[in-house]
Amino acid sequence: MIRINPRITEKLAFAFLFFSTLLILVPVFLILVLIFKDGLPALSWEFLASYPRLGMRAGGIFPALLGTVYLAAGTLVFSLPIGILGAIYLSEYAKDHGFKRVVEVAIINLAGVPSVVYGLFGLGLFVIFLKFGASLLAGSLTLGIMSLPVIITSTREALGTVPKSFREVSLALGATKWQTIRRAVLPNALPGILTGTILALSRAAGETAPILFTVAAFYLPKLPQSIFDQAMALPYHLYVISTQVPNVKLSIQYGTALVLILLVLAMNIVAIVIRARFRKRKLW
Amino acid sequence: MNPKISVKNLHLHYGDFHALKGVSIEIRPCRVTAIIGPSGCGKSTFLRCLNRMNDTIEGVKTEGLITIDGEEILHTGADLIRLRKKVGMVFQRPNPFPLSIFENVAFGPKLHGVSGPKKGGRAPSLEEIVEKSLRAVNLWDELKDLLKDSALRLSLEQQQRLCIARLLAVNPEVLLMDEPCSALDPVATLRIEELIHEMKKDYTIVIVTHNMQQAARISGETAYFYLGELIEFGRTDRIFTSPEKKETEDYITGRFG
Ligand SMILES: Nc1ncnc2c1ncn2[C@@H]1O[C@H](COP(=O)(O)OP(=O)(O)O)[C@@H](O)[C@H]1O
Ligand SMILES: [Mg+2]
Repeated sequence: MIRINPRITEKLAFAFLFFSTLLILVPVFLILVLIFKDGLPALSWEFLASYPRLGMRAGGIFPALLGTVYLAAGTLVFSLPIGILGAIYLSEYAKDHGFKRVVEVAIINLAGVPSVVYGLFGLGLFVIFLKFGASLLAGSLTLGIMSLPVIITSTREALGTVPKSFREVSLALGATKWQTIRRAVLPNALPGILTGTILALSRAAGETAPILFTVAAFYLPKLPQSIFDQAMALPYHLYVISTQVPNVKLSIQYGTALVLILLVLAMNIVAIVIRARFRKRKLW
Repeated sequence: MNPKISVKNLHLHYGDFHALKGVSIEIRPCRVTAIIGPSGCGKSTFLRCLNRMNDTIEGVKTEGLITIDGEEILHTGADLIRLRKKVGMVFQRPNPFPLSIFENVAFGPKLHGVSGPKKGGRAPSLEEIVEKSLRAVNLWDELKDLLKDSALRLSLEQQQRLCIARLLAVNPEVLLMDEPCSALDPVATLRIEELIHEMKKDYTIVIVTHNMQQAARISGETAYFYLGELIEFGRTDRIFTSPEKKETEDYITGRFG
């Protein structure tokens, strides 16, 4: 066997590793450049705040933007309480056998379900069986369920980073288990929970498949009035003006994509900032 | 004098591991009792039986009898909240919460339902409890203008004092201390020992230490543990000058451990 000089293999290894890392950056960079280049000219206050006109070939994206904000809020309402409470139960209360294992496996599987399957599930359960119709309610519930695994997992991670000594001190002072969780554990896990939640929401805001059958409308002349109304949403609107409506100006398509990506990026940046600030403050 | 704490034939298992083997001991009120012995001999385990902190570990089985002020504490119906208020614990590493100095001391009273200022009534206000507790550990004069600052900015010695103050704020009668000075330098250690000396008139103190000079300096009684058994227990001056058991003598004279 030929033995290659280790100095050369070291150089080769470095080159390959660095090159691979570079390859990760390229698509991110290209996506941003492309979308900014064609989308930025369309971006204006007018574009954000006005209704689509001329069969969505002109005007703005206001109803779609608002619909996405509504959906993100609805997702939060349904997934956050259940996610956090469930995570607390699993991490702090459940004994390490049987039921807990089953739930853990269920969560892993929930995380692996393709988003279009969530869409069909939402259609079957919320839209048809529970008779919510295609509505903000059905869409939020569907996105909420899809977000649960991320919220549960990040909450459990955050709970796990709180030092054991905090719990011990609190219990040793005569606190009950719940008092200990409320006062000594949760406040210190909150930034981690928040970060995970925002990341889950940013994913939910960008998804198309789960809202396709449960809430998203092709075009609505007026804004939703209640949770039982359909709504337009950014990802689906983008799909519609890119494939379903002929002769939409490129700048409108890319402008919509830009708004969507900026929305998601902004949420991710907020999450990163929270995490970074917490790391700095954390001294134990 | 009646013992404050009386332990009879205490056995403890961590799963299959027999960590305490038939420990019997009587601890007198308003005294400092030192627990010494090589590491891993069950000192912390024993201490944690006295406020039932071992209950928080899965797979622990405890048998025997522990009474505090004549009240049996090991039975399943025992009121753990009342027990742990009465029998407080100071840990090896200073472990303040990442909260202000004030909030650290107020943590316990708030748990037990003391809230904001309550002038006129007979119950002391939160502010009064915090001041009294900080005075008791000689931190008040240093920190009275810094109560809103983070407790994590204090020196280790101040942090450990703060942890003791946090404990005193819930009015305990017994203080369990598990190597409270092991994270501190020698000067700070001596100052904490002085504090322990001051506190023993009001509290029954049980202190685990691996430092025999410390045991000799601060305790009235000393218990020597080895491999989960209580080998010898008696007045500290006697234990250190004329131990009855060979194992105790070997340990004290530094022939092992
Ligand atoms: N949570 C636990 N699970 C299993 N074994 C333990 C646990 N805690 C302590 N032990 C064992 O019990 C023995 C006594 O431990 P400990 O009371 O901490 O000793 P010490 O405080 O005297 O150093 C040791 O052998 C230790 O390994
Ligand atoms: Mg120990």
